[in-house]
Amino acid sequence: MTSLTEQMGLSTWLGQKRVKLGLIIMAVILALIYPYVSSLYFLSLAIEVFIFAIFAMSLDLLLGYTGLASFGHAAFLGLGGYILGYISSRSDLALNLTSNILITLPLVIIGTALIAFIIGFFALRTSGIYFLMVTLAFAQMLFSIAIRWSGITGGSDGLAGVARPVIGLGSFSYEFSSRPSFYYLVLFFFLLSWWLLRRIVNSPFGWTLRGIRENEQRMKALGYNTFRFKMAAFVIAGTFAGLSGMLLVQFFRHAAPGNLYWTMSGQVIVMLIVGGTGTLIGPILGAMVIRLFPLFVSSYTERWELLLGLLFILFVLFAPKGIMGFLGVKPSTLLTQEKRPSG
Amino acid sequence: MSLLTVTNLTKHFGGLAALASVSMTVEVGERRAIIGPNGAGKSTFFNLIAGELLPTSGQVQLEGQDITKLPVNERANLGLGHTFQRNNLFLGLTTFENVYLAVQHHQGITKNIFKPAGQFSQVTAQTTEILQRVGLLEQQHEVVSTLAYGQQRALEVALALATEPKVLLLDEPTAGMSPAETTEMAQLIENLPHSLTMMIVEHDMDVVFSLANKITVLHYGQKISNGTPAQVRADPIVQEIYLGAGYNENVSK
Ligand SMILES: Nc1ncnc2c1ncn2[C@@H]1O[C@H](COP(=O)(O)OP(=O)(O)OP(=O)(O)O)[C@@H](O)[C@H]1O
Ligand SMILES: [Mg+2]
Repeated sequence: MTSLTEQMGLSTWLGQKRVKLGLIIMAVILALIYPYVSSLYFLSLAIEVFIFAIFAMSLDLLLGYTGLASFGHAAFLGLGGYILGYISSRSDLALNLTSNILITLPLVIIGTALIAFIIGFFALRTSGIYFLMVTLAFAQMLFSIAIRWSGITGGSDGLAGVARPVIGLGSFSYEFSSRPSFYYLVLFFFLLSWWLLRRIVNSPFGWTLRGIRENEQRMKALGYNTFRFKMAAFVIAGTFAGLSGMLLVQFFRHAAPGNLYWTMSGQVIVMLIVGGTGTLIGPILGAMVIRLFPLFVSSYTERWELLLGLLFILFVLFAPKGIMGFLGVKPSTLLTQEKRPSG
Repeated sequence: MSLLTVTNLTKHFGGLAALASVSMTVEVGERRAIIGPNGAGKSTFFNLIAGELLPTSGQVQLEGQDITKLPVNERANLGLGHTFQRNNLFLGLTTFENVYLAVQHHQGITKNIFKPAGQFSQVTAQTTEILQRVGLLEQQHEVVSTLAYGQQRALEVALALATEPKVLLLDEPTAGMSPAETTEMAQLIENLPHSLTMMIVEHDMDVVFSLANKITVLHYGQKISNGTPAQVRADPIVQEIYLGAGYNENVSK
């Protein structure tokens, strides 16, 4: 079955490098001027979308590129959030140390990377459905710790009163107190993450991950220590998820256990399925659709999560490659074909 | 010291002895054919050497080093290349990308996490060179799952060649190929440098006798004959057991 855009000749158009670059530049310009034309409510929605786009892209590195179906990715979203919360919450439970992102960001990165390494060390010994179950189990374990260890995590209430992020170096200090300023901070991290992940997936390391996805056994036969590469991918994905968790908690000013819950892991998988895996852009589109979804349906029903499930099933059945597949956009190849056969 | 030494190698699958105490040595530059009827244990033998399977007992040594328990990837890095009887490729990637994966590991650039893969000109150049050698350059942009069977077979060999092994294990490289493709593949293998040590499982006796300078015959997991092509051809046990199985005309022509 050819996609709609293929029939319209759109896919070759979308496949051109110039067109892609043009679309990206246009999107970035739109994103930059957005705060000037948007209401506060829609600005908040955009912030959420960008944060979840980082989260979804990070899972794409595992699911889309390496073929590792993690059902516990919320572990790192939640963890990044709790680390940030513990450092910058004004609550009595927390350290209330600083909200300077020059300090909090490295700590979030180191913390999530460390836990990702530990979880990966065990989970990556399994594969397929077992990997899915083990990652889910680890995430649920972190969830119960967050609920039970209330002296540190605030239990089911979480850590409230998280200070607004500040960037400070020497005598210079700037607080991201207004919503537009925080929007630009999130936009910056989103663009940085996208750029970094794009470089990563197009590098020899990134191609190694695709090889593992396609045929891990043959990779071993070629001499690859596949465990190491999977571990590296798992840790990188975990830290980007941790970054998104940090931003989420800074935005809501509240580190909550729900960010660790399995429904969050499920939601990000739905984003990937809806957007299309293995493309990085797909997860961004998926994050947009899923986070903006309640806008369109909440007027009809309260049970938007049920409709979300329905959407998921529809995509799996009728558009298994997601929006990107529907648009006829194919994952990038290593060699660009200088001359495509016309016609 | 022999390049490859196999001592009393045995593999049981449940009650079945797929390989029963097989020993042999392979010298540098040797071209050894392993022949035998279906189910004789040839693929099992290769899988034990390459590390895809672990033996029930026995030992494998490469250049004097005991590699019996080493994982597949470490054996590959020591110089064991293996092509599979059933195509074992990266089906969702292009032909170029398949070979690239083999070359980039061999050239040791896989730790690069930031520079685009296409910018490593030595890797792309060698990838192109190998594709040229196996006659797949025209198909380099095609996704491997869409290639014709014979082309996939050639790619199977290309992947192993790309790692520049010391010992190349070829498990029925021409299986399922058309006569024309078989001739081409045999030519390709024939033209490989003679410094490359090669073991080949092959049912096509023309290919075996034109290629091999040593032949080992397996039968029900046992080594029943071993020697030069002339010796094996004249061996009465081979005549009796193996050639009786319908290979008679092929072998004796
Ligand atoms: N993984 C396995 N589990 C159980 N039995 C196996 C396994 N692999 C091979 N066998 C059995 O071991 C015996 C030897 O198989 P093997 O594939 O090594 O034979 P072969 O000589 O390569 O045959 P062919 O010419 O058909 O490729 C066969 O009886 C086969 O059924
Ligand atoms: Mg076989």
